[in-house]
Amino acid sequence: MDAITLLTFFVLSVFVGFEVVSKVSSTLHTPLMSGANAIHGIILIGAIIVAGQAEDVGLLVVALIAVLLATVNLVGGFVVTDRMLEMFGGRKPAAASASTAATGEEGPR
Amino acid sequence: MSILSIEATALLYLLAAVCFILALKGLSSPKTARRGNLIGAFGALVAVVTVFLSTELDNIALIIITIAIGSAIAAPVSRRVAMTQMPQLVALFNGVGGGAAALVAMLELTHVDDLGSVIAVAFTVLVGAVSFSGSVITFAKLQELMPTRPIVFPGGPVVMAVVAVASLASAVWLVVTGAPLAAYVLLGLGIVLGVLFVLPVGGADVPIVISLLNAFTGLTVAASGLVLGNTLLLVAGTLVGASGTILTRAMASAMGRSVAGILFGAFKGGSTAGSTAASDRPVRSSSAEDVAILLGYAQRVVVVPGYGLAVAQAQHTMAELASTLEAKGIEVVFGIHPVAGRMPGHMNVLLAEANVPYEALQEMDEVNPQFKTADVALVVGANDVVNPAAKTTPGSPIYGMPILDVASARQVVFLKRSMRPGFAGIENDLLFEPQTTLLFGDAKESLTKVLGAVKAL
Repeated sequence: MDAITLLTFFVLSVFVGFEVVSKVSSTLHTPLMSGANAIHGIILIGAIIVAGQAEDVGLLVVALIAVLLATVNLVGGFVVTDRMLEMFGGRKPAAASASTAATGEEGPR
Repeated sequence: MSILSIEATALLYLLAAVCFILALKGLSSPKTARRGNLIGAFGALVAVVTVFLSTELDNIALIIITIAIGSAIAAPVSRRVAMTQMPQLVALFNGVGGGAAALVAMLELTHVDDLGSVIAVAFTVLVGAVSFSGSVITFAKLQELMPTRPIVFPGGPVVMAVVAVASLASAVWLVVTGAPLAAYVLLGLGIVLGVLFVLPVGGADVPIVISLLNAFTGLTVAASGLVLGNTLLLVAGTLVGASGTILTRAMASAMGRSVAGILFGAFKGGSTAGSTAASDRPVRSSSAEDVAILLGYAQRVVVVPGYGLAVAQAQHTMAELASTLEAKGIEVVFGIHPVAGRMPGHMNVLLAEANVPYEALQEMDEVNPQFKTADVALVVGANDVVNPAAKTTPGSPIYGMPILDVASARQVVFLKRSMRPGFAGIENDLLFEPQTTLLFGDAKESLTKVLGAVKAL
């Protein structure tokens, strides 16, 4: 694809990216960050392509590591975002017992 | 397999890109947020299926097994993590994404020939590595595997400058020669740079750094899209880069900080450094029964929940106390600081989990004028976000951060575990004021006792 087309995609995407999140209440900052985090897990596409075209074992291993990392980012990102957002639905959490007591220092923030 | 035509592939990638835009749009409103996230996940699924059906790929079995392993690791961890530990999980996911982008770019190096693509490779390797190691350090800070306070060492700025210059030099080396060795050196330097970049950041500012690194990872994904000539990666990465930048600025302004101040503040000499020692000045400590009487005979109570409430898993007890007080005709609202918890919006998630109605959660600007008419401000496990030093002490590390104005309430009750200072590591003068009462103990135990005493009134 020629450079001008890619540049067009890039510039338009920047504006769309600015626009869609311009009016977000601070309530949703964390889920939004987490959701955006999941979306960049789409690098999995790139990792699949390089793994599918790897010419020797060494390259394949590195590419598969990339596939693994990207999958963790993509799948984990969407699941953890959904987990946060299901709290907003006002439903009783089913996994309350599974949440282990967290460690932390005294009353920050 | 190349089952799909070029046109069909492009259309499916377009569909995925539209899903991502709708996902970000949906996540901007509480009503549509969950659906938005599901739309994003659907878009990702479409994209992954499309790449398998449109590209000539070897090793398909190995790739699918690896994806299955990755999903089997990530999904249960995300399901089970305690909500209080969620920020560090997001940091970790962001880091692995950056690492994946850096690896993809390194592997593509042998396939690229034009100058633009080589520059994109150099950018992705460097920024992806920074994002990876930086996120790992933020994870360690939030998980408290290492000190949360800024870590500064003599000559730190010099080391940082040297590494930064060396990184740029090896990026130029990579662009000019295209040598794989240059890419390895760049990767290594990027990892070191990421560590140096995050170490001096104070614990309280870590969420903003996560958001910034998130935007960085987005840009590396966009650059990978340039390298691979894949428009979906370009569009999705750019979307995340742009929205992440806006989000980072919004979060920083919610804390009254500039992004540059956060990143380089510690270098200028202890901007977020504070004392670790607990003060021995006298405070007024009292019993759960006294607190119950204060609450039970109030007309308006504003609750200020903080991370201490979250770690004690006391949100359900807090919600019950609020509804008990309301049953007695007392008006209860929750004042939520934008960064209550450890990330913006974290506290809303925790209280929503405890079925506190969304309307009872008020943002800082709404709730601040109400403290004047409040009989009691009940501060549960929060400290920095109610510290008047943010307004009154120009030298303080949190100076300029907007705070909840609890000092103007008639009575202030702090439920605290001890006199240790909060995440920012500074003392809160409000604790020593005459209108302040302290109840020491774990937030959950204290609230349970107060709840029992209120019921007995």
